[in-house]
Amino acid sequence: MYSQSKKAKNTISLFITYAFLILFGLFMIYPLLWVVSAAFKSNDEIFKSLSLIPQKIVTDSFIKGWQGTGQYTFGRFFVNNFILVIPVVFFTIISSTLVAYGFARFNFPLKRLFFVILISTLMLPDSINLIPRYILFNAFGWVDSYKPFIIPSMFASTPFFVFMMIQFMRGLPREIEEAAIIDGCNSFQILLRVTGPLCKTAMISMGIFQFIWTWNDFLGPLIYINSVEKYTIALGLRMCVDSAAAIAWNQIMAMTVIAMLPCIIIFFAAQKYFVEGIATSGIKG
Amino acid sequence: MTARLKRKDLVGLLYVLPWLVGFLVFKLYPFVMSFVYSFCDYSMLKPPKFVGLYNFIYMFTKDELFPKALLNTIKYVIITVPLKISFALFVAIILNMKLKGINLFRTVYYLPSIFGGSVAISILWRFLFMKEGIVNKFLSLFGIEGINWLGDPRIAMFSVSLLAVWQFGSSMVLFLARLKEIPSELYEAALVDGASKLKMFTKITLPMISPIMFFNLVMQTINAFQEFTGPYIITGGGPVNSTYLLSMLIYDNAFKYFRMGYAAALSWVQFVIILIFTAFIFRSSTYWTYYEYDEGRF
Repeated sequence: MYSQSKKAKNTISLFITYAFLILFGLFMIYPLLWVVSAAFKSNDEIFKSLSLIPQKIVTDSFIKGWQGTGQYTFGRFFVNNFILVIPVVFFTIISSTLVAYGFARFNFPLKRLFFVILISTLMLPDSINLIPRYILFNAFGWVDSYKPFIIPSMFASTPFFVFMMIQFMRGLPREIEEAAIIDGCNSFQILLRVTGPLCKTAMISMGIFQFIWTWNDFLGPLIYINSVEKYTIALGLRMCVDSAAAIAWNQIMAMTVIAMLPCIIIFFAAQKYFVEGIATSGIKG
Repeated sequence: MTARLKRKDLVGLLYVLPWLVGFLVFKLYPFVMSFVYSFCDYSMLKPPKFVGLYNFIYMFTKDELFPKALLNTIKYVIITVPLKISFALFVAIILNMKLKGINLFRTVYYLPSIFGGSVAISILWRFLFMKEGIVNKFLSLFGIEGINWLGDPRIAMFSVSLLAVWQFGSSMVLFLARLKEIPSELYEAALVDGASKLKMFTKITLPMISPIMFFNLVMQTINAFQEFTGPYIITGGGPVNSTYLLSMLIYDNAFKYFRMGYAAALSWVQFVIILIFTAFIFRSSTYWTYYEYDEGRF
């Protein structure tokens, strides 16, 4: 039984919890809301007020900003980003699922060693490979194309995804697969018709993460892409900020919003996959 | 029987083959080559020339930027990692409570992390922390005079680090997933024994989440040591190189001056420092991580 004072104490602590959550939440979200509102403000107003509601709504910052600085518009960079990201996502899902299936459901010589290597590459810093990989891809003639991004993705090159997929498959009951074997399915048919479909959630979260990471990647395109014609949004944005002396900040902010938009849309459309993706990425005990 | 088993082995190996090829070509070969290049003078125009330890000697005796970048990087890691993880844990504990509208809060706290080290978010940061930016505008509401967040070499690193701290979402989700798995009987038993809230936190919650704490620490440390985009876009390494990081030194040497050998040597030093830090976390973790059952992984 709760005493009166205990009840009051609970109400107060509940109140404090909510107050904290709301205040801290506003702090977290304010910069994101602000960048959206700044895109609709006039350039003078951006510096003048903290308010999220523009005094006078300006929309030409989107039109002017979209035109970019040189001969290529942001439309071009936007399309480029998709041309780069979509194959990467597609191949990552396919290759990581195949490899994870091999690890999760089969035994073969050196499997333990391979698994240990996979886990260690999870912790291997990317920067150690940066330079020789550039030299290698340069020798292949891949520089200034999207091949340095797309081709490695065909080889399950992100160990995090393979590991996440293995953990997910390990959690699936084997009985259905065994039933399929009795029905005369070979292992590939099982993957295609049974295991694969069961992994749909994990595959979607993998795709979402890969999309967002590749979409936002800066260092990769900075190194491999030279011609402005092939620039991604990240490079386009950087170019605009660097080249304009008297910066039209509302235009920059408008393009920043455009750059973030696909990620925001995906985030809200697929929220449950996000949390599941992180939560099921293994790392349980 | 054995013949069938062998066939099955072969099939398994076939599935793993793409990864194996990728590992050999895109990971192991570059890894070995970066070691080789680190002892070479290589501009990509002429074949690599072996120079012994010259790159390393130059780094530690002549390159004035190297000690600066190294110190800055360590400073960056020491500011971001503990702050990020404490925020992640603190917020996860609150979000683990059964409250109305909790999903909305989870979304709000996670949202900043989805942009990671993107240019867009770095530009936003640059704008927020400019001298005439929004942060100072906010402070002036309280009568606090504006600080030169990005222009003052003493605080620029701190302002830049805050971007990473703000993105504590994914560490938070990991903590949250773990917190949900702690059996409530443990707390109920402790309650019967009359344990205080603090005692329950230190004796139940902390030990139970310690494996995730360990994972977060290792991953965040590795990532922080390699940070590039944020500082590169926000300050470009300035003012007076106060936010110039090792990753920028590597980038500049490799892709601005085409000193590939020296850049490879730098990346090896970065790698060894990351190894030392993670090894330290691994060693110390035997004293503070708790495993219910030992699965032999992680």
